[in-house]
Amino acid sequence: MRYLPHSEADRQHMRAVIGISRTDELFGAVPDTLRLGDAVDLPGHKSEIEVDRYMRALAAKNRTAGEGPFFVGAGAYRHHVPATVDHLIQRSEFLTAYTPYQPEISQGTLQTLFEFQTQVAHLTGMEVANASMYDGSTALAEAALMAQRLTRRDKLVVSGGVHPHYRDVLATYVEPDDGLSLMPTDVAAGEDLIAGVDDQTAAIIVQTPDFFGHLRDVKSLADAAHAQGALLIVCVTEVISLGLLEAPGALGADIVVAEGQSLGNPLTFGGPYVGLLATRNAFVRQMPGRVCGETLDARGRRGFVLTLSTREQHIRREKATSNICTNSGLCALAFTIHLSLLGEQGLFRLAKLNHKLARNLSGRLAAIPGVELLNKTFFNEFTLRLSRPAAAIVDALAEHGVLAGVPASRLLPNESSVENLLTVAVTETSVEADFDAYVSALTEVLK
Amino acid sequence: MTIRYTEDHEYVRQDGTTGTVGISDYAQSQLGDIVFVELPNVGASFSKGDEIAVVESVKAASEIYAPVSGTISAVNDALSGSPDLVNSDPMGEGWLIKMSIDDAGELDGLMDEAAYTDHIA
Amino acid sequence: MSLNTQGRPTAIENVDTSGQVGGAALLPDEPLLFEIGGPDHSGVDLDDIEIDDAFLGGQKRETPLDLPGLTEPEAMRHYVRLSRLNYSIDAGLYPLGSCTMKHNPRLNEKAARLPGFADIHPLQPVSTVQGALELMGELAHWLMVLTNTNAVALSPKAGAHGELCGMMAIHAAHRANGQDHRDVVLVPESAHGTNPATAAFLGYKVKPIPAAGDGTVRAADVEAALGPDVAAIMLTNPNTVGLFEPEIRKIADAVHAAGAYFYCDGANFNAIMGVVRPGDLGIDAMHINLHKTFSTPHGGGGPGAGPVVLSEALAPFAPVPFVRKTDEGFELVEHGEGSESFGRMTAFHGQMGMYVRALTYMLSHGGDGLRQAAKDAVLNANYIKARIKDRFSMPFGSQHCMHEVLCDDSFLNGTGVTTLDFAKAMIDEGYHPMTMYFPLVVHGAMLIEPTESESLPSLDAFADALIRLADAAKEGDAERFTNAPQTAPRARLDETAAARKPVLKWTRSSDA
Repeated sequence: MRYLPHSEADRQHMRAVIGISRTDELFGAVPDTLRLGDAVDLPGHKSEIEVDRYMRALAAKNRTAGEGPFFVGAGAYRHHVPATVDHLIQRSEFLTAYTPYQPEISQGTLQTLFEFQTQVAHLTGMEVANASMYDGSTALAEAALMAQRLTRRDKLVVSGGVHPHYRDVLATYVEPDDGLSLMPTDVAAGEDLIAGVDDQTAAIIVQTPDFFGHLRDVKSLADAAHAQGALLIVCVTEVISLGLLEAPGALGADIVVAEGQSLGNPLTFGGPYVGLLATRNAFVRQMPGRVCGETLDARGRRGFVLTLSTREQHIRREKATSNICTNSGLCALAFTIHLSLLGEQGLFRLAKLNHKLARNLSGRLAAIPGVELLNKTFFNEFTLRLSRPAAAIVDALAEHGVLAGVPASRLLPNESSVENLLTVAVTETSVEADFDAYVSALTEVLK
Repeated sequence: MTIRYTEDHEYVRQDGTTGTVGISDYAQSQLGDIVFVELPNVGASFSKGDEIAVVESVKAASEIYAPVSGTISAVNDALSGSPDLVNSDPMGEGWLIKMSIDDAGELDGLMDEAAYTDHIA
Repeated sequence: MSLNTQGRPTAIENVDTSGQVGGAALLPDEPLLFEIGGPDHSGVDLDDIEIDDAFLGGQKRETPLDLPGLTEPEAMRHYVRLSRLNYSIDAGLYPLGSCTMKHNPRLNEKAARLPGFADIHPLQPVSTVQGALELMGELAHWLMVLTNTNAVALSPKAGAHGELCGMMAIHAAHRANGQDHRDVVLVPESAHGTNPATAAFLGYKVKPIPAAGDGTVRAADVEAALGPDVAAIMLTNPNTVGLFEPEIRKIADAVHAAGAYFYCDGANFNAIMGVVRPGDLGIDAMHINLHKTFSTPHGGGGPGAGPVVLSEALAPFAPVPFVRKTDEGFELVEHGEGSESFGRMTAFHGQMGMYVRALTYMLSHGGDGLRQAAKDAVLNANYIKARIKDRFSMPFGSQHCMHEVLCDDSFLNGTGVTTLDFAKAMIDEGYHPMTMYFPLVVHGAMLIEPTESESLPSLDAFADALIRLADAAKEGDAERFTNAPQTAPRARLDETAAARKPVLKWTRSSDA
């Protein structure tokens, strides 16, 4: 057992020092009848080569994104991550450190969190950001609860363009009778969110680009919310879009949440990802999650510490702003390193490239008979209305080696109005040959 | 003017129908460096024993309970910029709130200076 | 003999402890990335292409990003230099009680990076991700066998998220059974802060249960607190003072007899895996921290994973999504309509990257190895306890502990040294401090969890350091403690100033 350093002689010596003859004596408080004895109904230990072989075999049963044309998005995006990022996050000192509760020997983690918070604040156009949440969906749920605390109101007007799974998570965190008002699914960005806002509204919740790819008018929503004393929560699931699109904070958002996976983090079948949460300085005491701050050490040198921890569960217990404890530290580090490698210039160029490629493919696909482009605006993801149900088309295209996108019906199975809709994401990882393959396969399948 | 103390180390200094509420010098010394004070809205009413404020140090948050029933008439705005006043002058500039007392009789149930000194001894 | 004075000095004179210590090249002062980089620095090669704005709806960014970038060599150096300022389990014993800082095998990392796991999308056609679903099914199988439970919700993102999941399942079960009025959750005073925070989050009133004099919870105290208004108890086992709850089966029976459910905080499962199964102890829900028990790295504060095992009574209420095995392969149930599922915890399927690492670890250890790991973890803790018991004060020290040793600060009485000082002095001895001031039920708590990863020489060296410090404190060498740490990249930091005037992001100095 290669992870256990003791020899039997070591164990014998230790038992003698403790004053026992069998290790089982240490488990004396466990009722005899419930102890398992030696029988654990699981396979025995395996060598590294055996485990490696097993895991490779399992992995080989999956079709990877990199194997061929790939256009799946809907809240998780395949971007190129520089090799440097994965090398750095595997440094022992980052990978195998605990939460930086001892700041004297955790400045590496703490300073990178401070850099992360700064980057998130600048990207979103907000004054302050926390040190990460689990992912975008839970960050949104926490933001909704934060808005309820700040306004002491319950009603949450949730756009029908918010990612359906994010809406589901909201419905799990906030009971319907606690003020959750979910607008109907809105495939064309035509809903009137403002009409639902009243003097009991805690917040409007809107996603931009929305689930179907449309860019939403944040400014008018912010004005309408503020006119009623409510807040505007803006959710972003494709963080690269912020390189090209106006910062929600500059348009009046009060809380901005985002899924940060696109920077630094591989798809990994949905997790671990990294949630971003940013807000105004005035709201910082109601912000959930860890936050890192700058200070000085006893010799007057700049250093960083976790601060404002009286908001958190280990101090406030049942009065905490959230129960979150472990967050997404290493994913946040990957985000920060990737974004520092891009810089503002690189992020802007990357965002432009994504948009240009998506424009290119959308035009080519929309020219196929039986395909209609739904969007008047989008960033790197758009929605097609096909002449037939999209789910079957996606399966057929997979047979052709093309992972064509996400059929809306997969997330909204009970809504017949979305049955023919397909959302398609395009990033810098696609090349012209992928587009050619997609166009010819879709043409073929729709015949 | 009389000062009365609660068992939870709040004081209330009575001046007619107005009471000034804060925490005792002993309490501030036990809490350590105060870094933030959360105060109620002026005009809010509380019953004796209700949570009216929170005093935070780096590692602890302590609820402040209304020593008597009444309505908040003023809060110490200076604390938002200088929470350290609670440490340096808890009985003076570090006061938390003023309230108009509903029933001065409730003060009789609290400790006077001597009783409080015994209480913390 | 003639003294050769030409060689290198082998002793240091006039140690200056007031300034920089350690080689500046090895413990660098590193500026922020924003102070190094520039607006035109970039570590990627991307052309500056022209685009038309026709589909941007007039929303093109006008606010400057103001995010200086780094070229690749700058980034490499910046983050490598920063990394050197961190302590890590790879570099030394990390005795944080309740955190289970065990060795993180690199085979786990290698497996998680296989493109077949890392480069697959959560919304790909299910037919293209059968290996991923099989892996999730296999992980679930191991967790259910180890706990003797009927179901497992994999998706919670961390322990606290798992607690929320388990308590939501309990909430949903009560609702389905017409027991909505139950609004109290019993939580022992020694519990992790996440427990009362979770209960309160769901609108429950928290009723504390006191610990008995030996640090454990008495069934009689639980029975006295139970009533028709109680929805659940949240109990950690082994508990936070490092003891197995001897009356846990009686407590479970009493809880069930009162119509309530038993939530077990599984943070300390490492002590008992393969030795006793929580399902046999009567638990209804328990989260398992894959980043503690199953060796996925802590990453400086995450990501973790907090799957929740559920009893038969709670299984129908589990959140979506979950994996189901059919004759044709594995299917993913993503919607709860028509079922009693309480909903969805996260956008996708949970922490796949952590599932891969945890299963890799489980397969490597096997059932026999996991059991041995638990026994070694407990043996190691008791060995440390035996080595230091004459110097330290242990409030519940008359019993064998499980995987962690709890001390209070009474052995420091009269020395002028606090638990905090003692912890900081451990840094100068070469160790990360133990968990301190938790659990709250003992004064100046020090909670030491060595884990099974430490060899005998490593444990001895650590015990020697603890003894050395205890002796120094008792001999009146208070300065060694109050000025500690002296050898770390930073001396103690001013947390008061940080909290009074929070500076939470970098600001360009010309703006200030």
